[in-house]
Amino acid sequence: MSRILKVLILSLFVATSSMAGSDGQNELSKNTNGEIKDCFETVNRGIFAFNQAIDGIVFKPLAKGYLHLPSPIRTGTSNFVGNLSTLLTIPNNVLQGDLGIAGKNTLRFIVNSTVGIIGIFDPASAIGLNSYEKEDFGQTLGSWGVGEGCYVVLPVLGPSTARDALGSLGNYMGGDAWYNVTVKNDTRYFSDFDYYASKGVGGVDFRAKNFDDINNLEENSIDFYASVKSLYLQDRRKRILNATGATQTQDDSDWEEIE
Amino acid sequence: MLVKKATKLLSVTILSFFFIFNAFSIEPKEFVQQTVDKAAKALDQNLSKDLKISKLKVIALKSVDIRGIGFYSLGKYRKNISDQKKEEYLDIFTKYFLKTFSSRLAQYSDPKIIVNSQKKLNDKYTMVSSTLIATDDKPEVKIDWRVVTKDLDNPLIIDLIIEGVSLAKVQKEEFYSIIQSNDGDINALFKNLKEFVEKD
Repeated sequence: MSRILKVLILSLFVATSSMAGSDGQNELSKNTNGEIKDCFETVNRGIFAFNQAIDGIVFKPLAKGYLHLPSPIRTGTSNFVGNLSTLLTIPNNVLQGDLGIAGKNTLRFIVNSTVGIIGIFDPASAIGLNSYEKEDFGQTLGSWGVGEGCYVVLPVLGPSTARDALGSLGNYMGGDAWYNVTVKNDTRYFSDFDYYASKGVGGVDFRAKNFDDINNLEENSIDFYASVKSLYLQDRRKRILNATGATQTQDDSDWEEIE
Repeated sequence: MLVKKATKLLSVTILSFFFIFNAFSIEPKEFVQQTVDKAAKALDQNLSKDLKISKLKVIALKSVDIRGIGFYSLGKYRKNISDQKKEEYLDIFTKYFLKTFSSRLAQYSDPKIIVNSQKKLNDKYTMVSSTLIATDDKPEVKIDWRVVTKDLDNPLIIDLIIEGVSLAKVQKEEFYSIIQSNDGDINALFKNLKEFVEKD
């Protein structure tokens, strides 16, 4: 169901977004003053409200309960879903030309999936194979100079852009090995449930890690939708630039006129 | 003889002024570390939430360029409003800022922040980099501080960039969204800010 919905929404973006007119890397080089278009703001705000309701009914209570679990269980769960996401990061490392990091991530995955018992533990870090930034197909498209296009909010999945949503199609077209062995191909060892359960657990883990921050942001925002949009877009730009310092992402001209 | 004495006195006076003024001059890195230490003290677990909030407000008034953040957050709209409206805005913005600032920080207890380095961006601003040390529940967080260093004797924080996300920019876009969705009417923002400040 979510797959069909995604394809439908994506068709809409591709048909209407302004990706072709993007100035690519220049747009990504700094936090631009020109905001990206919120082409479907009314619809986006509706979906955002729907997502908030889902969050209140499902994710928030689950995350609250999850936070009561002993710390080692939470760490193990977080390691497990993080290890699975490496399968998506590796092909994107390759597509972005980071072959060295792709090699290290592959080694990390092998070590943590075997010695680390299906990724529950992280022995790779102990032997110097530290984790790297997660990558996805949206980031890869961004690093190739594809502009963000319109800002969109996806049901359940949350904030995205036309480019990022289009990029996530790569997951379903053979780019995500975990999706391939669970949903796409009929293997004896895994089922669809394993894929969707891992995504659900990943969502709860994320919500729990950011529990207070999200609640606090919501309480202290006069337009929560706009705050989340700004946070998401700034974070994506930073990830695409693989920026390590604030001076790489901040646009100083923004501040020049302040006296 | 009198001229010599007067010259000596003048030199001593000038030197004293020089030392006094320089004694107040502070490196942005040290300024941020001092501010962080003061905030950590204010967030002492033994204090009540109300006391924490009032202490944080005092720190913010001394170390944050609230006026600068306020005008930055208005974006292009600051150019088209009267002086009277600006004053009205600054008054309500200061109240709004102090409420959100103290409320956001009050959730932390005894945060450990280490200031790492500083980089002068231009004559007006210096970026100070720091790290919020990881705890059992939360990972390490990189925090950069944009400090107004136009007047070195009185540096002021104007933005916090948390893991690459500028909080001032988030606020600017939030304000922009409200004004835009009300056909460019800045009074809609004022109304929202007032309602926020007045709610419990």
